[in-house]
Amino acid sequence: MAAKILEVSNLKKYFPVKSNLLGKGMEFVKAVDGVDFHINHGEVLGLVGESGCGKSTTGRTVLRLLDPMDGQIVFEGQDITHFDKKQLRAVYKHMQLVFQDPFASLNPRKKVGSAIDEVLIVHGMKDKMQRREKIQDLFEMVGLRGEEDKYPHEFSGGQRQRVVIARALAVNPKLLICDEPVSALDVSIQAQIINLLTGLKNRLGLSYLFISHDLRVVKYMSDRVAVMYLGKIVETAPTEELFRNPAHPYSKALLSSVSALGANMKKKKVILEGEVPSPVNPPSGCRFRTRCQYATEICSEATPEIKCIGNEHYVSCHLY
Amino acid sequence: MNEEILKVDNLGVNFYIGDRIVPAVDGVSFSLLKGETLGIVGESGCGKSVTALSIMRLLQTPPARIVRGEILFKGENLLSKSAEEMRKIRGKEISMIFQEPMTSLNPVFTIGQQISEVIMQHQNLSKKEALSKTIDMLRLVKIPLPERIIKQYPHQLSGGMRQRVMIAIALACGPELLIADEPTTALDVTVQAQILDLINELKEKLNSAVIMISHDLGVVAEVSNKVAVMYSGRIVEYADVQSIFNEPKHPYTKGLIEAIPDIEMDRQQRLREIRGAVPFPGEIKEGCRFKTRCDCARKNCITEEPPLIQVGTNHVRCWNYA
Repeated sequence: MAAKILEVSNLKKYFPVKSNLLGKGMEFVKAVDGVDFHINHGEVLGLVGESGCGKSTTGRTVLRLLDPMDGQIVFEGQDITHFDKKQLRAVYKHMQLVFQDPFASLNPRKKVGSAIDEVLIVHGMKDKMQRREKIQDLFEMVGLRGEEDKYPHEFSGGQRQRVVIARALAVNPKLLICDEPVSALDVSIQAQIINLLTGLKNRLGLSYLFISHDLRVVKYMSDRVAVMYLGKIVETAPTEELFRNPAHPYSKALLSSVSALGANMKKKKVILEGEVPSPVNPPSGCRFRTRCQYATEICSEATPEIKCIGNEHYVSCHLY
Repeated sequence: MNEEILKVDNLGVNFYIGDRIVPAVDGVSFSLLKGETLGIVGESGCGKSVTALSIMRLLQTPPARIVRGEILFKGENLLSKSAEEMRKIRGKEISMIFQEPMTSLNPVFTIGQQISEVIMQHQNLSKKEALSKTIDMLRLVKIPLPERIIKQYPHQLSGGMRQRVMIAIALACGPELLIADEPTTALDVTVQAQILDLINELKEKLNSAVIMISHDLGVVAEVSNKVAVMYSGRIVEYADVQSIFNEPKHPYTKGLIEAIPDIEMDRQQRLREIRGAVPFPGEIKEGCRFKTRCDCARKNCITEEPPLIQVGTNHVRCWNYA
């Protein structure tokens, strides 16, 4: 079981922001700047961080919707970093994406069933009856039995997200990249989708890369969690371990911002000074040093290495 | 300390859209003491923002109209005030912070101009005095280098900074009531913690009453003394913060709390979900508004709407407690 389904090493993605006529003096937003992680078969890896930290870009680059500038993406033992479109099509049978906004990810003029039909055709299912049956199965699986002939506007947000999940599952993928799949939904509906995702994972043996800024949801969904800050992963650990003993000062502050509902709600938090610096000119050395209360001289001089400080617990900080 | 500053009584707001009447807020009552924080929680469309805008008298009319009820601020009914009188109250005695710091500042005026405008409007100060007060306010909300910031435009500031500016504007005249409508929803969690901390600190300093509106139970739990849970235009539960989170009574409140994966929750445990979806306002014509999604709906829930029933210190709109 422990075999890796996805392994990403030194992944980089920069976006150009400015240049003169000759293309000189280019500046880049370093959205993802040297990221390493892996996902095991049947595992859920949570990716948390605040807006602009590069978590969505990481998700999209892994799917090759964006071309990486550097690094390597190995999916099921295959290096897909430089695959062309045709090769990628085969990869997409095993790796799919669920977006945040269920309102924008469905074509309003198409019946939801035919949106899925299209996916099946693209992936080579020729027999019409067979496709029809598959679509019915998929709708049943996501709890929308017999609703395949409706248009997106006839559904609520939660139901649309179910359709999007059904579409992602149409090709029997092994890995789903979920980019904030419940953030646009009301609290009472969120739970439905989270339960659906958990149930599907257990039933179909899926793996997820679960991207979210909501720490409660990530805690519930993930086996392991990676914390991102300004284009880099600063800490990775099994979920329980990370929430019990966060090591990186940023993780500490981030995790202290959520408290258990109910008892002792007014516990003391670690409140960070200032805000996330611009990813165009990130601080030298450790990127978190400008907001870190433990920062010393070495933090501005050298980028901290990733160190193992316990069972699958990795942190990149000079304190360790 | 026990001075009642705001009393909302049986407030009803309808939206008239074409020939449809949408009751967005339907018989909402609550009160607020000096120095107290009331949290209003609910999902989108439950009427929480419309309630806030009614207190400010900022509802767009038409399509919205306040059809019944009273809003007593320090004993005076705000609903019978003229537009001119309201203008004197707004920003001075009652202020509001909105969700989007990106859109609530005017992009063509500097930060200094926007804050000093409020101060000059309400406090009879000269331009120079107003500007020095502006700098004091910015310092109060912990903006670094206020002398420089007053000359900058909103686009030069980050989201968290803009929200601080909004708070500075709201608090410039030391209001007795501050309404914060999802003040941290658009912000990152670490910045959210800073802003909530700031609102709490300033509230203590100025002894204002606060209404904190949010869909995020975590935010409400953190800052409120009392909590009102709204569903489909009505308050379904109203109690102090401890009882809401530790002994919720209404099936909807229970559902909402259990629907959030708690940080101490075991992963094997399935999340409790509330089935179905939020009804449109006015969709449910009779009986309890939550009946379509409630697991313990009984016969009279279908036909007759429960009143707010007192159970211990909670007020609950549910027949199971009758």
